[in-house]
Amino acid sequence: MLAFIIRRIGQSILVLLIVGLVAFSMFNFVGDPIDNMLGQERTAEDIERLRIQLGLDQPFPVQYFKFLQEAVQGNFGVSYRQGRPVAEILLERAPATLELAAVSGILAIIFGIALGVFTAIRRNGVLANIVMSASLIGVSLPTFLIGILLIYVFSVELGWLPSFGRGDVVDLGWWRTGFLTESGLKALILPSITLGLYQMTLIMRLVRSEMLEVLRQDYIRFARARGLKDRAVNFRHALKNTMVPVITVIGLQLGAIIAFAIITETVFQWPGVGLLFINAIQFVDIPVMAAYLMLISVMFVGINLAVDILYFFIDPRLRADRAGGH
Amino acid sequence: MVEPVLSLRNLSVEIPTRHGIVKPVDGVSYDIGAGEILGVVGESGAGKSMAGNAVIGLLNPPAHIAAGEIWLKGSRIDNLTGEAMRRLRGKEIGMVFQDPLTSLNPLLRIGDQLVETMLTHLDISQSDAEKRAVSALEEVGIPGAAERVNSYPHEFSGGMRQRVVIALALCAEPSLIIADEPTTALDVSVQAQIIALLRRLCRERGTAVMLITHDMGVIAEATDRMAVMYAGRLAELGPVRDVLSHPQHPYTHGLMASTPLASAGKSRLHQIPGAMPRLDSVPEGCAFNPRCPYTTEKCRQAPAPRPESTSAACWYPLAREKAS
Ligand SMILES: Nc1ncnc2c1ncn2[C@@H]1O[C@H](COP(=O)(O)OP(=O)(O)OP(=O)(O)O)[C@@H](O)[C@H]1O
Ligand SMILES: [Mg+2]
Repeated sequence: MLAFIIRRIGQSILVLLIVGLVAFSMFNFVGDPIDNMLGQERTAEDIERLRIQLGLDQPFPVQYFKFLQEAVQGNFGVSYRQGRPVAEILLERAPATLELAAVSGILAIIFGIALGVFTAIRRNGVLANIVMSASLIGVSLPTFLIGILLIYVFSVELGWLPSFGRGDVVDLGWWRTGFLTESGLKALILPSITLGLYQMTLIMRLVRSEMLEVLRQDYIRFARARGLKDRAVNFRHALKNTMVPVITVIGLQLGAIIAFAIITETVFQWPGVGLLFINAIQFVDIPVMAAYLMLISVMFVGINLAVDILYFFIDPRLRADRAGGH
Repeated sequence: MVEPVLSLRNLSVEIPTRHGIVKPVDGVSYDIGAGEILGVVGESGAGKSMAGNAVIGLLNPPAHIAAGEIWLKGSRIDNLTGEAMRRLRGKEIGMVFQDPLTSLNPLLRIGDQLVETMLTHLDISQSDAEKRAVSALEEVGIPGAAERVNSYPHEFSGGMRQRVVIALALCAEPSLIIADEPTTALDVSVQAQIIALLRRLCRERGTAVMLITHDMGVIAEATDRMAVMYAGRLAELGPVRDVLSHPQHPYTHGLMASTPLASAGKSRLHQIPGAMPRLDSVPEGCAFNPRCPYTTEKCRQAPAPRPESTSAACWYPLAREKAS
């Protein structure tokens, strides 16, 4: 088991190195950093001095290594636009995105699994069929359209919920949260539905089809033949087996939620890292873009690693294979 | 007369299909007494499993019992509600499936599966159930049962898994076991052991067994009486020795002649001409008439008489002395 985890961590690091290379390359290939930093009035000496100061005179691998060294310490340079350290800006923006993503993710997982199980167990029921048809909308409508529709209905027409921003936040010193005020919570509702709806329908449809597959298995028939109660058969025997393949997808979806947050944050002007990234693109603020890229990939890789480790606790077959194997 | 554990009375199972209603089980009657093993044979599709599933109440819709009665230890069970039937499953009727590799939940320890089953049906404490789980595994011959209760199914071989399945089917001490081809998926070397185990346990406890199999060797060795099914109907029913040595139904005769065991010594296996009819085109009269060498006009028109406790569903049963 340890060997497997070490191997997976090794793979994760490799992935991060490659993403780092891409992020780093942006500095060199998307616009000229010297151009970006010096105005029109510049001398050849200025340029040369800055080149040395930025280490741009050194060979590519050395530059890359330095970049990584800095990045590991959380130092991504200074934003071209705001003139402040990128890390500081990101830390300031991260809570907004993480809170939004957490609420959306939890909603998506809870309702996705519950509705998936429901539609699988009652697969011929009227209500289950209605849910299934409705879920098609969730899968096929683009995120921004859902956001705009929600804003139209609940903000413009009904005036119940705010259409943009985070509401009032409470500063906990290192974290500014929207969970503690009424306006903060209200502001979370529409964006988290917008962000989570697609993932929820995806999880629901997946849970349903996996569960229907599991319910056809011999061991479910045998569990019924032993007279186990429906509840035990559905939840103890079937659901657990359903979750094995579903967990990977859920892990990927959580990563996707953070990535997709860009769209939702733009629609709702949500002051998170996604919106920061969109603004950074408009201003070709390379350090911010690079840092965002690294941050997202660290999250993706971290979630995937967590999912792989989770497998060990769910599936005994895997434990045996990996532990004994090679 | 001692009351049989299981009694089928003219049992019919119907499935509505696009091409009309088919009858995978059509007017079948037989009894199984306590401690008795009834072997059920017949070609693939003859309705053997369907009859077993009907008894344990696990017919897959739209299949359903359309007529007839099922009696278990003197009470009628074919008209029970879903919940009442569930209580009988495992408690009064156990079932062993064909493939032990897929019959056990891969994510649960076998001990937990045993304990869960016992706690569902028996009024015992968790710790008693755990103790009984160990002895249940010992009884089916699993070495080191005390440690093996904590193992997962994949840690056992196929033969051992089928022993676990048998332990699970028997753990609440049912009075009837339905074993649907319990050895078909196993290595030839362990098949005999599993059958012997099943036989020993059921004899000891007086459990009635419906043993569905294609293996005439198993029938000859392990069962007391046998039922031969053809196109959903009972073709012949009787004590194993009589049926095997002097089959009265031409179909049974053909079936014997086409199995290696019974025809040992002959150079080629006999084949019954033609194939069993599809259920949506069972012929008028006796279902076997198009393939039977002795068919007469009567066989084409009138359904064969239903076999009573020991005879064949045939207008012209083969004479005892005439049979091979
Ligand atoms: N949904 C269905 N619609 C129509 N016919 C069906 C359906 N399900 C099963 N059957 C038919 O029911 C018949 C009885 O099947 P059953 O499984 O009882 O056969 P069996 O005797 O157990 O055969 P085997 O030896 O292959 O296990 C088969 O002929 C099958 O084609
Ligand atoms: Mg069968």
